[in-house]
Amino acid sequence: MKYVDEFRDPNLAKSLVREINELVEVIEFSKQRPIQLMEFCGGHTHTIFRYGIEQLLPKCIELVHGPGCPVCVLPMGRVDDCVSLAQRSEVILTTFGDAMRVPGSKMSLLQAKADGADVRMVYSPLDALRLAHENKNREVIFFALGFETTMPSTALTVLQAEADGLDNFSLFCNHITTVPIIESILNTSGMQLDGFVAPGHVSMVVGEKPFNFVAEKYKKPIVITGFEPLDILQSIWLLVKQIAEQRAEVENQYARVVASRGNRQALAAMERVFELREFFEWRGLGSIDNSGIRIKDDYARFDAERKFAVPNIKITDPKSCQCGDVLRGAIKPWQCKVFAGACTPETPMGALMVSSEGACAAYYNFGSLPDLLALKLARENQEALP
Amino acid sequence: MSSSNPKVTRRRSGIMTSETINMSHGGGGKAMRDLIEDVILRSFDNQELVTMEDQARVDLSAMTKLGDRLAMTTDSYVVDPIFFAGGDIGKLAVCGTVNDLAVGGAIALYLTCSFIIEEGLPVADLRRITASMKLAADAAGVKIITGDTKVVDRGSADKIFINTTGIGIIPEHIKVGAQLAAPGDLVLINGYIGDHGAAIVGARGDLSIENDIESDCQPLNGIIDSLLAVCPQVHCMRDATRGGIATVLNEFAISSNCCIKIDETTIPMRSEVRGMCEILGLDALYLANEGKVVIILPRDQASAALAVMRDHPAGIHSTIIGEVFSTPAETVILKTVFGGERIVDMLVGDQLPRIC
Repeated sequence: MKYVDEFRDPNLAKSLVREINELVEVIEFSKQRPIQLMEFCGGHTHTIFRYGIEQLLPKCIELVHGPGCPVCVLPMGRVDDCVSLAQRSEVILTTFGDAMRVPGSKMSLLQAKADGADVRMVYSPLDALRLAHENKNREVIFFALGFETTMPSTALTVLQAEADGLDNFSLFCNHITTVPIIESILNTSGMQLDGFVAPGHVSMVVGEKPFNFVAEKYKKPIVITGFEPLDILQSIWLLVKQIAEQRAEVENQYARVVASRGNRQALAAMERVFELREFFEWRGLGSIDNSGIRIKDDYARFDAERKFAVPNIKITDPKSCQCGDVLRGAIKPWQCKVFAGACTPETPMGALMVSSEGACAAYYNFGSLPDLLALKLARENQEALP
Repeated sequence: MSSSNPKVTRRRSGIMTSETINMSHGGGGKAMRDLIEDVILRSFDNQELVTMEDQARVDLSAMTKLGDRLAMTTDSYVVDPIFFAGGDIGKLAVCGTVNDLAVGGAIALYLTCSFIIEEGLPVADLRRITASMKLAADAAGVKIITGDTKVVDRGSADKIFINTTGIGIIPEHIKVGAQLAAPGDLVLINGYIGDHGAAIVGARGDLSIENDIESDCQPLNGIIDSLLAVCPQVHCMRDATRGGIATVLNEFAISSNCCIKIDETTIPMRSEVRGMCEILGLDALYLANEGKVVIILPRDQASAALAVMRDHPAGIHSTIIGEVFSTPAETVILKTVFGGERIVDMLVGDQLPRIC
């Protein structure tokens, strides 16, 4: 298949792996501790597992799977709010499929649907807008989720709703922004990340500049990366090369899609509709300043939270979940106490088990063999204890 | 219909005058009889059915000559939409049940057929469905010999649901079982994966994805009969329907306590299906099929099996996709196109609802 197969060529992969192996040889610290690289985005995590990229890399490179899965980091209280909106008889709640199974404190949207709520899966916010046109006597709420990747399409949908004069369409806005969370990870004490695989589609919107602080302030290399397996392998090569040459720069591996200045029209639409929230709660990570996005006062009539009262109760994460430790790279998913026991993709306890882009679900579904065997062994030893 | 049948001579043959099904067609009275005679009997047209007894009666002695075990299976069909490229709910209801018999090594013989119809279904749609069932049954060499029709209020069902139960006979020398995969065995499939799932997505149109992929819905008993004639020692056979080939392979790996390794580069897939999966983020290993059988057999029989399968219209693109190992047990591993390896687990939840 054109434009796909070129980026999955196993022979090119082999030569990149060879060069990565040569580069790590000259990185002295890799003999004492692993080189830790974080891929921030859930899409990257998915590709890494889907193609088995970790096993191709030298053992001294450790990939840390970051918090860039918007479904995973959604706190339970927000899911509860969304369920309460869905349960209103006048409401058609529209959502991306991923968000249906996220557990709230009492139920997920999927359960709410089974109990009679009108919850519909859409592939684009414009589908929700169409539903609003077709159901003038109902309120169509779109469950808006995601980083800067999905924000422009939501913003444009609100602008379109305004142009169409619709008064039965609104957003339950849970958009989050990338930079504050990366900064919060970098500020975590004991953090040992050596480089970042930066999110390609976020960068397509925001450009390269917002990531400068990673290189300038924190002296960490960062490479904006595409989503095919060769993209990721090439970025790892670029990162390792920077580390070997003791450079810390923002590089753009995904130049075929990402313009250095980003997408101005998308940014303009976002600027018109959205503004930062002072605080926003992240599942597993706690509250992070200026990381959430809400609708500006000018567009308040499209804000479901202002149109309808939501419970807005903060629900703490289950104590046994170690999502935060996994997100920070302190432990591997399978080292979590509840991994594959109390927490599975069928009955997720923690955020990272929820979406197929979450690190734990990815390990669970696609888990690499050595890890799986290590887990089995650990379980057996545990059972053998008196 | 014979005039010697007293039930029929008292009244003229039923003719459906209504254009849609309504509650009276399920009421047990004249309207129901019209429906059964004009639509169902007319379509299925066989000796066992026209007697209109409360039960079908079949000759046991003929059956016992075919083998030593009776195979029986049942399945309900709720696919949405009821008509799609390459098939419809009726064809599916026949092929699906015939295939469930065939993969056990059974010679499929008879089907039952129960309809649950939502009032308001156009009679023309029902005629189209029953005609399609008859065609599929003839193609598979089976007879639909008894059945039932219920009509429910609007909203209590969606257009039409069909249940079919099938019986067949397993010949004495055939021993197929999910627990029989052995290290060294090879894994075969009879063609492109994911066509049915992709066709349903296209037919539904609610994801704004258009494609011209046809469902692979087809009876498999022909190709399986030919295969077993040449390779009677087939170890495992299962049709890969909901949950796709990934699910079937996991079932084999668990039942046989073995590891199955498949090679992504060898799995036959249409580029249209691949493209759709890329766009929607679906994994074709989990997409439904309705005419694909996954086969595990001893390595030395693989080339003979492939030859006979490729000779059959239902298996032109048959190929070897993997191999059985002893460890790690209960695990399916995919060697990716990229050269890495990953575990292929059972599907969690539904990739797509109401696919069959």
